Amino acid sequence: MTSDNLQIADVLQTAEDWTRAGRHVALATVIETWGSAPRPTGSHLVIDSDGNFEGSVSGGCVEGAVVAEAVDVIETGKPTTLEFGVADETAWRVGLSCGGRIRVYVEPVN
Amino acid sequence: MDRGLLEALNSERAARRAAILVTHLEDGSQSLIRKTDDYASEPLASEFDKRFRSGRSGTVESETGDVFLTVSVPAPRLVLIGAVHISQALVPMAEIAGLDVTVIDPRTAFATEDRFPGSTLKAEWPQDVLQETPLDAFTAVAAVTHDPKIDDFPLMEALRSDCFYVGALGSRKTHGKRLERFTEAGIDPDLSNRIDAPIGLDIGAASPEEIAVAVLGSIIRALRKPPEHGT
Repeated sequence: MTSDNLQIADVLQTAEDWTRAGRHVALATVIETWGSAPRPTGSHLVIDSDGNFEGSVSGGCVEGAVVAEAVDVIETGKPTTLEFGVADETAWRVGLSCGGRIRVYVEPVN
Repeated sequence: MDRGLLEALNSERAARRAAILVTHLEDGSQSLIRKTDDYASEPLASEFDKRFRSGRSGTVESETGDVFLTVSVPAPRLVLIGAVHISQALVPMAEIAGLDVTVIDPRTAFATEDRFPGSTLKAEWPQDVLQETPLDAFTAVAAVTHDPKIDDFPLMEALRSDCFYVGALGSRKTHGKRLERFTEAGIDPDLSNRIDAPIGLDIGAASPEEIAVAVLGSIIRALRKPPEHGT
């Protein structure tokens, strides 16, 4: 629990720092996991409009797809929910090799 | 997320205060619940209670659709008064269990790096250390020196600071005298009754190592289980 809390603190603080610096920012949060998902519920990834990011929602498997979606979210200003996993048709493109599934909520910070 | 809300959440974290960010997944609306807020009338009140104890984030169902709770609780700390034999066993055990441990003992013969390699160790009086790093509701205090000159102040301070666990080593007789001193010092007897004494779970612990297990068990129970009525 301790390390998760530290991780949350860092990413949320980064989101605040980036926003203060005038960058356009989105926050991604793991809201549900099934099976052997690599990162626990509540894990965060912060993304800016140039595709820079910090934190993790999966340990590297689906971050690229989340970042791409986040850039759209920053443009439209509308939150969205993404789902990744072997049961998903995107599994061939971006999936979790561990066999788990995750749901990720992506929201703009403004 | 509203920028102001993010800043509010981060300032709660920085101050070691528990808070929950509530996100309605249907429409993206959000609010911040602080542990100190009066949220009893909220539909999710019992869920908030549970989450503040477990520290776990998660999705819950509500009348208005799915809600995600981003739960932020400070890392639990243990302040151990007394660099004694029990502490030598308790420090590594508590660290494995995820507690951030500080040992305080003004007696420099006890508080040595040799006896506590790699630990956060303060060879100072508790009143000096606690002035710099105050106690809070996410800190456990266990006083194990047997010496009222060292133990009394941090124990009273722990009661005043609403520490989630307050334990003191000593027999029932010793503890009885301690309670008398605390009452004289102006501590409400109801508050003093929170002290775990004799210290630790009643598992017949005999050796310093076994007492350390009993104390750690008591601390984890205080952290994870709701308080029992009348105690």
